[in-house]
Amino acid sequence: MAKVLVLVEHDAASGSVKKASLELLTLARRLGDPAAVWFGAGSTAALTVLGEYGASTVYVADGDDVKAHPVVPMVDVLSALVAELSPAAVIVPSSADGKEVAGRLAVRTGSGVITDAVDIDASGVATQSVFGGSTVVHSKVTSGTPIYTVRSNSVAPEPAPTTCTAQTVSTEVSAVAKTATVVERTVASKGGRPELTEAAVVVSGGRGVGGSEGFSVIEKLADSLGAAVGASRAATDAGWYPHQYQVGQTGKTVSPQLYIANGISGAIQHRAGMQTSKMVVAVNKDAEAPIFELADFGVVGDLFEVVPQLTDEIEKRAN
Amino acid sequence: MKIAVCVKQVPDTWAEKTLREQDSTLDRESPDGVLNELDEYAVEEALQIAEAHGGEVTVVSMGPARAAETVRKALSMGADAGIHIQDDVLHGSDAIATSAVLAAALADKGFDLIIFGSESTDARMSVIPAMVAERLGVAQLTFAQRVSIAGTDVTIERVTDYGFDTITAAMPAVVSVVEKINEPRYPSFKGIMAAKKKPVETLAVADLGLDAASVGQAAAWSAVEDFAARPPKPAGTIVSDDGDGGARIASYLTEQKFI
Ligand SMILES: Cc1cc2nc3c(=O)[nH]c(=O)nc-3n(C[C@H](O)[C@H](O)[C@H](O)COP(=O)(O)OP(=O)(O)OC[C@H]3O[C@@H](n4cnc5c(N)ncnc54)[C@H](O)[C@@H]3O)c2cc1C
Repeated sequence: MAKVLVLVEHDAASGSVKKASLELLTLARRLGDPAAVWFGAGSTAALTVLGEYGASTVYVADGDDVKAHPVVPMVDVLSALVAELSPAAVIVPSSADGKEVAGRLAVRTGSGVITDAVDIDASGVATQSVFGGSTVVHSKVTSGTPIYTVRSNSVAPEPAPTTCTAQTVSTEVSAVAKTATVVERTVASKGGRPELTEAAVVVSGGRGVGGSEGFSVIEKLADSLGAAVGASRAATDAGWYPHQYQVGQTGKTVSPQLYIANGISGAIQHRAGMQTSKMVVAVNKDAEAPIFELADFGVVGDLFEVVPQLTDEIEKRAN
Repeated sequence: MKIAVCVKQVPDTWAEKTLREQDSTLDRESPDGVLNELDEYAVEEALQIAEAHGGEVTVVSMGPARAAETVRKALSMGADAGIHIQDDVLHGSDAIATSAVLAAALADKGFDLIIFGSESTDARMSVIPAMVAERLGVAQLTFAQRVSIAGTDVTIERVTDYGFDTITAAMPAVVSVVEKINEPRYPSFKGIMAAKKKPVETLAVADLGLDAASVGQAAAWSAVEDFAARPPKPAGTIVSDDGDGGARIASYLTEQKFI
């Protein structure tokens, strides 16, 4: 069976494999034999989990050049693997890095690319949800090795245990990869909450939260549900919450089981990042706020009254 | 310094976007066309760099005849000249072909910096800057929240999932910018008048030395099989808070098994 290459992402600090990567391995099994591609250190500790989700092989590229240069070293390694293995497909996450890797790999290998897929069937047809979720498109790559980027939370990861063996690959990078160099990585504090793009529940705050102190109300609700915290651009631009938590067109795209929007009007750019949430709850004091058009359940009211009461109720019911 | 800024005309952000029945391509006729919001930041950044370090800004756009308005908009903000790649054979081009056309238009013109917005609001692929860098074989500095120039080097802060990476390269380089980077200026009346006299070169695919058969919908390396409007979501339950709003959400979440 032809291999399907899956670019696996892992937490830089802990080395743990991201849940989104297990989702990609699950999809890859429909198309062939999943093979993980791992960049950086820590692959040995991950063999068990990669095997559990069906990867028979992990190709490991761990070298200084891979770390020192952005994006292109991954393209170098993947294109060498594509040439060597003629895989049935290459699947990468729909992250900023992932999409750029996919785009360059497509150009380099003469392949078509489909971005932001939410599903891929056994014949390689990808499903995309476009125009803010208003249109569902099915499409297929018609040239070269199909390359897909897949959004996180699109499928549930399913185990399919096998034994995963590691193979080291060359980390010699191209001259063009060396044209740009990473001189410093700045890691913003992360806290103990789940990662925004992977969380099953996201609780967000907007301009209505009124200031950085107001976000403690949002955080308390999030913690009562084991949720991630998100924010609108109005809140991140005002400096009330860090930029990496921005949800929307120019922030993160999230698709949780439940999205709770508090003091967020529902501007089109915000909706672009959360419209595919399975369920939306909104709290806003303006009954005309467009966010209510998307809401499965909404309360017209002051978030400083509604949200603390909700948090209390959740804590009560949980006990 | 020679700076190119690539811009795209897209349907107005608030307009309903639809695919056309006959060929599954985006309907670009019905809604108003506007300069892609995120490209405004690219134009602004190009102008600021040219103002600070000296230089000339050329707007480059591929699109149908009406995309000339978008080139003019960027010129009215202050760019110096325009290149509009317009050819009927380009209709339905995928990202692969689009990047080939842009790269052909940009190659060998001596640009030190080629600046893009981080995505278009219609296609939302975020791949064109990377693809153009791949084709030109120059440094890729994308998703920049800050750009600084020192001599022949350019350094950016690339927004990442965990914070940002500081990345540096010798020019020439392809840069894409995110919306936090600056506040785009509005064209002034003087700018709008001046834009009318600025030179815009209109190029066809053949002028770029590309084969017409390598672009357009028939040459695309991916194809739409079918599409459908998602059935509208049934209206939700909206209640006003009578002192029990939080409790009512809690009951709803319990029903839905979140609690
Ligand atoms: C190029 C571009 C990219 C953008 N990208 C993004 C993006 O990625 N993400 C994003 O979010 N936005 C983005 N925006 C901005 C977007 O257009 C909106 O400006 C932004 O989403 C508004 O944030 P908001 O809903 O928090 O604020 P507002 O629109 O001001 O809404 C605040 C809401 O809070 C309610 N409110 C106030 N006080 C209370 C209270 N006490 N209790 C309950 N409700 C209250 C108000 O009724 C109002 O509806 C982008 C814009 C541009 C031009």
